[in-house]
Amino acid sequence: MPQLKELQDLATQVRRDIVRMVHKVNSGHPGGSLGCTEFFVALYNEIMELKEGFDMNGIGEDLFFLSNGHISPVYYSVLARRGYFPLEELNTFRLIDSRLQGHPTTHEGLPGVRIASGSLGQGMSVAIGAALAKKLNNDPHIIYSLHGDGELQEGQNWEAIMFAAGKKVDNLIATVDRNGQQIDGATEDVMPLGDVRTKFEAFGWDVMEIENGNDLEAVIAGLKEAKSRTGKGKPVCIIMTTVMGHGVDFMMHTHAWHGKAPNDEQLEVALAQNPETLGDY
Amino acid sequence: MKKYIDQGKNDTRSGYGAGMTELGRTNPKVVALCADLVGSLKIQEFIDENPERFFQVGIAEANMMGIAAGLTIGGYIPFTGTFANFSTGRVYDQIRQSIAYSGKNVKICASHAGVTLGEDGATHQILEDIGLMKMLPGMTVINPCDFNQTKAATIAIAEHQGPVYLRFGRPKVANFTPADQKFEIGKALMLNEGTDVTIVATGHLVWESLIAAENLENQGISAEVINIHTIKPLDEEAIIKSVKKTGCVVSAEEHNFLGGLGESVARTLAIHHPTPQAFVATQDTFGESGTPAQLMEKYGLNNKAIEKAVLEVLEKKA
Repeated sequence: MPQLKELQDLATQVRRDIVRMVHKVNSGHPGGSLGCTEFFVALYNEIMELKEGFDMNGIGEDLFFLSNGHISPVYYSVLARRGYFPLEELNTFRLIDSRLQGHPTTHEGLPGVRIASGSLGQGMSVAIGAALAKKLNNDPHIIYSLHGDGELQEGQNWEAIMFAAGKKVDNLIATVDRNGQQIDGATEDVMPLGDVRTKFEAFGWDVMEIENGNDLEAVIAGLKEAKSRTGKGKPVCIIMTTVMGHGVDFMMHTHAWHGKAPNDEQLEVALAQNPETLGDY
Repeated sequence: MKKYIDQGKNDTRSGYGAGMTELGRTNPKVVALCADLVGSLKIQEFIDENPERFFQVGIAEANMMGIAAGLTIGGYIPFTGTFANFSTGRVYDQIRQSIAYSGKNVKICASHAGVTLGEDGATHQILEDIGLMKMLPGMTVINPCDFNQTKAATIAIAEHQGPVYLRFGRPKVANFTPADQKFEIGKALMLNEGTDVTIVATGHLVWESLIAAENLENQGISAEVINIHTIKPLDEEAIIKSVKKTGCVVSAEEHNFLGGLGESVARTLAIHHPTPQAFVATQDTFGESGTPAQLMEKYGLNNKAIEKAVLEVLEKKA
């Protein structure tokens, strides 16, 4: 197991990757990516049981599904730094002929990705299907998924939430990134989500919270707690509060940086706030 | 004219159910999903014999498509079941992103296609599904003609790697395909050789085309009848070869003329061998309530409509 300091260094480096990737192509989604950096770093380096290499079926290992595919920068950075594909390939993000499409896809054969996402609200259904396949295969591993909070406005989620509880899909840990922001503003202004915890509980889920999703220790502890709650007849939901844009001060606490790239000067400020630790790609 | 014997009227959806029963016994990777229409899809026997490989998702088709995509990750071959309308139009983006673009090995099995669903009316009678599905890159689109062919197609698609749309229907129709005929995806079937006109038909309109060909023979017109059970990939070679001989073509399908088999045939011929064509299909309209026979008559989808189209296209022949 890596030391906490190593993981913190990794998180800082991932933040550098994120802002550099979106700056280079002047497009992409830094806000949610920065907010979920601790989650991805913890999941892929401390929590999930992973085999060497990559195969689509993923039998005998934990699997992760990203439903809010627009936060591809953090996903790609963490996958590359976990060894799924060459780090230099981060240079190709959103460029023509790249495996690193704007939103993640299996179509170009990028190792680590098992489903396309981007059109919102579809990931939980896919995660449930993969969880059912684990059960059919008598594979005791866990399915993890991540969802934006604004994404819960898509109705398909509630079909999936109903199914997972009703059919006791208890090898599934679905995390909601509760950053309270979406493209047009605060979630509670655009389309109020209300009490997300009570809603999941009413559907029959075991719900827990990570109150500071940008505190690496808290995220690790929360994910370990969630894992201990699997296999008990209920799907597990983590409501994880994060700050969109966390780690780059001018991107924090606003929806403005949901899908906008920094200019040259802003990049320098962002990088100064996140000094190089493990080496830039 | 080659004679075809109706072995006893049956519904193509029961062919799907029979195919699923056989797959349940022979292929442990096949799993079935259904959105509250088990009785309509005729899969109770599969469920009774393989309860652990069946997933009832309730009235939630979008979720069903996503779960099916997820089940492929782990090696399973999911067959989703609901009406054609709810298998396509209702869930187009789920199929597009989670299944087609993601290259998932899901079999989308759709009953009650077209106007022959009957009395339920236009809300349930999709006439656009072939178009929707054939436009998706990588999607195979199959519309078998009778019970035996639907059963064989169901079994065949389990062996095919990649997403498939399998379309069938509600009414009992003539069952004339030999029970032991193997289903070859993408391979057109020559049902009757002729010299004056080519009739390319799919689904329920294949039997109607055979009746039309017989009537035409009595008028001295020799019609070639080809069963195009696979609309994508289309057996272009078989169609081109036939029209080079006959010089004109009628396409026949229980679908809108926009987006259906007829358009695929027209495109093929426009590129390779421009040929006068007549379209037996619905004319950019919704359906309505009625009996299947009444609707096929009113919307111009029966053997009389095919016969009329043949006479019209013969006029255009050079």
